[in-house]
Amino acid sequence: MLDNLWPSSAELIRFMPEIILTLAGVLIMVLEPLTREESKRNLAGIAFAALATAMFAALIAQNNSGYAFHHMLVVDGFGTFFRILVCAVGLLTILLSVAYLEREKHQQGEYYALILFSVTGQCIMATANELIMVFIGIEISSIASYVLAGYLRDDKRSNESAIKYFLLGSFATAFLLYGVSWVYGLTGTTNLDGIRAAILEPNFSSGDSLIGLAAALMAVGFAFKVAAVPFQGWAPDVYQGAPAPISAFMSVGPKAAAFAVFLRVFRTAFAPVSDRWEPIVALVALATMTVGNFAALRQTNIKRLLAYSSIANAGYLLVAVSSRSELGVQAVMFYLAAYVAMTMGAFAIITHFSRQGERFVEIGDLSGLAAKQPVLAGLFTIFALSMIGIPLTAGFFGKFYIFKAALDSHLVWLTVIGLLNSAVAAYYYLQILVVMYMHEPGTAVEEMEPVSGGITITAWVAAVATLVLGIFPDLLLNITSKWTLPPK
Amino acid sequence: MLLNALLFLPLIGFLITLFLPKENADGIRKFALGFSGLLFLLSLGLIGQVLATPGEYVHVTDLEWMSLPKIRYHIGVDGVSLWLVILTTLLTPLAILISFESIGSRIKEYYAFLLLLEFGLIGVFVSLDLFLFYVFWEVSLIPMYFLIGIWGHARRIFAAVKFFIFTMTGSVLMLASIIYLYLKVDTFDSVVILQQLQSGALRLSSTEGLWLFLAFFAAFAIKASLFPLHSWLPDTYSEAPIAGTVMLAAVMAKMGTYGLVRFCLPLFPNAARECASWIAALAVIGIIYGALIALIQPNMKRLVAYSSISHLGFVILGAFSFNQVGLDGAVYQMINHGISTGALFMLVGMLYERRGSLEIQDYGGVATPAPRLAAVFLIVTLASVGLPTLNNFIGEFLVLQGAAMANFSWAVFAAVGVILSACYMLWLYQRLFLGRATEEVAQRMPDLRSREWVALAPLLVLMVWMGIYAQTFLPSISASNARILEQTKVNVDFMVQTPQQTEVADAR
Repeated sequence: MLDNLWPSSAELIRFMPEIILTLAGVLIMVLEPLTREESKRNLAGIAFAALATAMFAALIAQNNSGYAFHHMLVVDGFGTFFRILVCAVGLLTILLSVAYLEREKHQQGEYYALILFSVTGQCIMATANELIMVFIGIEISSIASYVLAGYLRDDKRSNESAIKYFLLGSFATAFLLYGVSWVYGLTGTTNLDGIRAAILEPNFSSGDSLIGLAAALMAVGFAFKVAAVPFQGWAPDVYQGAPAPISAFMSVGPKAAAFAVFLRVFRTAFAPVSDRWEPIVALVALATMTVGNFAALRQTNIKRLLAYSSIANAGYLLVAVSSRSELGVQAVMFYLAAYVAMTMGAFAIITHFSRQGERFVEIGDLSGLAAKQPVLAGLFTIFALSMIGIPLTAGFFGKFYIFKAALDSHLVWLTVIGLLNSAVAAYYYLQILVVMYMHEPGTAVEEMEPVSGGITITAWVAAVATLVLGIFPDLLLNITSKWTLPPK
Repeated sequence: MLLNALLFLPLIGFLITLFLPKENADGIRKFALGFSGLLFLLSLGLIGQVLATPGEYVHVTDLEWMSLPKIRYHIGVDGVSLWLVILTTLLTPLAILISFESIGSRIKEYYAFLLLLEFGLIGVFVSLDLFLFYVFWEVSLIPMYFLIGIWGHARRIFAAVKFFIFTMTGSVLMLASIIYLYLKVDTFDSVVILQQLQSGALRLSSTEGLWLFLAFFAAFAIKASLFPLHSWLPDTYSEAPIAGTVMLAAVMAKMGTYGLVRFCLPLFPNAARECASWIAALAVIGIIYGALIALIQPNMKRLVAYSSISHLGFVILGAFSFNQVGLDGAVYQMINHGISTGALFMLVGMLYERRGSLEIQDYGGVATPAPRLAAVFLIVTLASVGLPTLNNFIGEFLVLQGAAMANFSWAVFAAVGVILSACYMLWLYQRLFLGRATEEVAQRMPDLRSREWVALAPLLVLMVWMGIYAQTFLPSISASNARILEQTKVNVDFMVQTPQQTEVADAR
């Protein structure tokens, strides 16, 4: 009996990324009080190395793919893709953070440890094959990000951000958990394949309507995590108040992981009732992109603008989630990778530009940036064009695959409205280009500090990724088609 | 190989310009001019093979760009696209030339964007894969957006954003339509899709065809500023810097009309025929409406902009008359409009450089201090109103003949537009150049400089050439149009009345 409980070595290999990240996080916590103030930035190096190793470990785990811990986790291509993606987000966030924390005089080890813990939670979400693991993963990821959002203790906005995120987040998690308990009551299992099998039983029809409600409760939880309408209200305040690198992190990392879970749970466990939830998700997608885009039109703060744009992007992604086509899952994977590149790039520039105390975060502050800092403005232009969805950028192919998937499953109306939405979105992204290129240089662009190494690397990596994925999308598409969720 | 070089060299030129030192403004100007001039010479090399094999695509390159989805790098030129490519390569150096003095700030970016624009425009005209076409369609939008927004007049930002949003709205609809087609036939290659339509392997139901057609049509009609989708045009044309306006009016507007002829008609022949009378009606309204508004414009740049709406109406009318003559006229008129309106905007720009005003009332009597400028303006005006022996006459004549063959009343109303164009243009000429020159005009109006002569001369030569010896251009255009017309006859459920073939020579 005890032999059965002890994990096999293959199982440990499959779980290795999480083990590495957790150990490194604990190590940083231990080293933190022992490190002198001026060498604390070296702790970032540990976190960076841990994330890089975890990425590598995720690839090794993929070579030994299979279940782990009594089918609690499943290591498959889909999970591996998201593990690598969230680790990459973690890496870029750390690159952004070193200079940022130095500038804000908050260089501390906990920050990096918390990022590692948050990424650990997201890795678990990516590979969870069990509703309990889903819950645990979400909690690990969220609690770490609640703390990160409020990391600048002396800043009122940062505090507001953390409290809002925490209260609403716990509320949403409660819904999720309530849904899990319903599912367990109805099917007698929390294993995703088990739930699916139970729903397919011929004598399950008695619980047929109830399983829909249970799925809806869980969907509320997920919708909150991805900031879908009507659970999107927290995003602008939280993104605005959080430290800029953390806004970047939150708008991609937890979101990518949440989409991974969303897809896995709904395309595995609730696949038999897909004709019941797909139309609802499609409607939510429609509302989310429309609300996000129209609200973004009136924003003057760049971080808020990007928050609304991330809501709109969640809407596009939900379009793909709601499409029955096999392409839908791949489209989500591709779009998220593209979204990571362009969002991290845009936030890299904002992190640099905002300067100490994040003084310059209004769109108007960017006035005339192109005349003074053509390279910085050029990079930002690439990210903005990608967000608009101009061809030869990653964002274009992301949208292209999403709407191709939607048309493939005959969602013509959703496609047309979605595409028209992206024309609306063009307006507010263009505003950024307008002020950068077409306005006279303002005071905010006069005294620019030299760009730190980490931010430069992040911005250039993101720009190159945006262009490469925009010109040769099949590099990534070959991977997503191999690592997509198996059709059920 | 030649076409590939021609397509990608502007992109390389764009990158080189970005790395030139900012201080050396003169070097940048000369580089941009020399580079685009060489591209023009290079593009002339395309002509031989097109004339030798009329109606066929030549200089074809067909490579796989990516396998998933199947997007091909498929380019080629035929009699229709050839002349539009040459129009692009001709007008780019001229646009660069006329900017030497008027553009004083951020010179490096300016010329870089003009070269990037050339890349996008050539790409649009040579793409045979629908996806590739869409890519270039959008790529050409970005440099123009910056050209208008950075170097335009007072309301430039408003104009730039309006231009972008209008075009974007149309093009996303086209994208939806392109994806839908792809999911049906599993290819973006327009040549393959047309073959499948021809062989009957692909059949679109009439509702499908109608919606797909309308989505494509929306994108093209916005770009070609068909009434009532034209409202972006006067703002954009009048606010853009002069070289931007020249490129917009002379070449970018042709993206829309070219798309109609190249894709809308052959891909969705049934829907196109069904909608033809509605579209022709809108085109005729546009012809008359544009002309009437032009008549009362106090601003000369807006006047020429509205006259463009009127002229582009002729192109659309010709295209939707569904006969050889009308289609030939439409394509010929695309090039004519590029040349004569391009020249007209250049002249407006030259007046503006001298006097610093676009209001017609600030001029008068310019012919006295600047007789050569007045003479050139008169030639261009006469070309624009369709005087025989100048280029527009042939195009408009063919269009009217084609329209008359399709529906006589269209031709009657469109002919009113011709008369009106004579009214507003000649009246404009009178107000600008005749009468007594005021003190201010007399002092500030030097005659044409040699640089301006160089910019105008090629266009003047072409106006006369195209007006007298259309035989250089029309046979290759006709051959390609005949193929397109043939393609619009497949799977037509109802009887098509095919008017007799009219010899091109007769038309002349």
